[in-house]
Amino acid sequence: MTAFIERWGSTIVEATFATFQMVTISLVFSIIIGLPLGVLLVITRTGTGNKRWTYRVLNIVINTIRSIPFIILLFALLPFTRVLVGTSMGVRGVIVPLVIFTAPYLARLMESALLEVDRGVIEAYQAMGIKPIQIVWHVMIREAKPSIILGVTIALIGLIGATAMAGLVGAGGLGDVAYRFGHVRYQPEVMYVTIVILVILIQLIQSLGNTMSAKAKKD
Amino acid sequence: MITLENITKTFQTKKQTAVTALNGVSLTVEKGEIYGVIGYSGAGKSTLIRCVNLLEPPTSGQVKIDGVDLTGLSKEALRNVRQKIGMIFQGFNLLKTATVYQNIAIPLKLTGVKEADIDARVKKYLKIVSLEDKHNVYPNQLSGGQKQRVAIARALSHEPEILLSDEATSALDPDTTDQILALLHKINQELGITILLITHEMHVIQQICDRVAVMENGDIVEQGKVIDVYTNPKHLTTQRFVDSIFPSQIPASIIKDLEQQGPIIDLTFVGDAADRPSLSVISKKFAIETNILSGNIVQLKEQPFGKLRAHIKGAASETNQAIDYLKNQGVQVSEVKSIDSIY
Ligand SMILES: Nc1ncnc2c1ncn2[C@@H]1O[C@H](COP(=O)(O)OP(=O)(O)O)[C@@H](O)[C@H]1O
Ligand SMILES: [Mg+2]
Repeated sequence: MTAFIERWGSTIVEATFATFQMVTISLVFSIIIGLPLGVLLVITRTGTGNKRWTYRVLNIVINTIRSIPFIILLFALLPFTRVLVGTSMGVRGVIVPLVIFTAPYLARLMESALLEVDRGVIEAYQAMGIKPIQIVWHVMIREAKPSIILGVTIALIGLIGATAMAGLVGAGGLGDVAYRFGHVRYQPEVMYVTIVILVILIQLIQSLGNTMSAKAKKD
Repeated sequence: MITLENITKTFQTKKQTAVTALNGVSLTVEKGEIYGVIGYSGAGKSTLIRCVNLLEPPTSGQVKIDGVDLTGLSKEALRNVRQKIGMIFQGFNLLKTATVYQNIAIPLKLTGVKEADIDARVKKYLKIVSLEDKHNVYPNQLSGGQKQRVAIARALSHEPEILLSDEATSALDPDTTDQILALLHKINQELGITILLITHEMHVIQQICDRVAVMENGDIVEQGKVIDVYTNPKHLTTQRFVDSIFPSQIPASIIKDLEQQGPIIDLTFVGDAADRPSLSVISKKFAIETNILSGNIVQLKEQPFGKLRAHIKGAASETNQAIDYLKNQGVQVSEVKSIDSIY
């Protein structure tokens, strides 16, 4: 046990930290992009003319990205990533594909969360002469918050899964450790420990998400 | 105050078929009155009331509030007008995630009411709807009637001149309905707010409305003062609504039997005539026997209004004199034949 900690402790701690870093940064960007996209999907959904086209285009783009597995997206985006952030390697390099992978997914989750909001309340606010942008924020997003939190939790867990492949571009992380040491160098204990850490992490995130969502519900 | 001129509304549905919900409706609501629109489901009532604040922009026609045509306004100008038109709904439409207090305060803040005034307004209007002890409660912990009170307070807090009510009592039980109607009446009397309401219940019309319009298939088929429409309904739909408040389950076969022995008459009383015991008077005055088959007296906003269905037994000449006597007493009399009986 002590020997194991001495030999692998710092590697695993470092990897956990790298995973945290990748996940946190990607999640923040994914929310910044995904939530407004979700709003856009909902408000263009039933329109005509420009609105209709916006919805159709968004729909196709989102479905296209979502049909590509992360490992392929990661490689397909290499040139784009290099142009955007100057490198396609390391944590910096993996954030771009992680965000492009997660934001459309989150947009869909936000769309379904926002669609649950009672149309009647939105109408009541329109009838009071309140601006559409304020209705989005103070009615739609506010009322959808419990479902938004659950959606973010789901996206976050998916994101953690995707970071397992970050090692392929040298970004490290728990998945990378499990693969390189656990599998390639055949150290099964390392693999098991990373699995246990991931399991605990996911459990914690899901419970936290559930609790926060229930709290936001107010009933 | 509210003038709708020749409003039409056609909905284009997915299958390229058009639904005409309003067929050229014109309506005027005077300042300070309570105007009711009644009709069966699908008649176009909701579409009509939603045209007033342009939640549903009409396909053609004009919507004038105090002489200003709303259909020509910019989005911003329309928002300003809407702030002075309150609206309440069948489904209450409150924020689930906000307390009663916040449900009123948030829209005030969003419409630019000064921070310093918001608290006073929220408290004032929660008091008017008798919910001063529920500030920090969430809507899910309230009964339907209480939720509607919050919605009413929210509408009033913008100090509107007009209140639109889209079936505000239709989700409530009869007692709660009466309480909400009493509240609407109080708002109309004490705050001078003009109310346009739609409903499918005659009860709502007779309780608080001054004037009524009857809608069917996107048209107003009859309109006028409540008392006139009740006592003298012209359109078949109106007659059915009026009949609905006089429950009567006399089988046609019995009516047929009774007809052999004398006429069956419907008596309509308004105001004072409703209080007098006319039937017992005629059975003493003339050589006839009267038998009440069904009847009811309802209290309209202005005066009582009653309808009795009675059978008169006796010689034809006596019967005719009795009927003349009733007519002279201000009672409307009409004979019922088993063929045209809708019972
Ligand atoms: N948004 C809509 N799209 C299509 N048809 C509608 C829409 N709103 C109402 N209608 C149709 O218009 C008619 C009148 O509806 P509505 O005004 O809701 O009636 P009411 O309130 O009297 O029950 C109905 O036939 C209804 O199906
Ligand atoms: Mg309706």
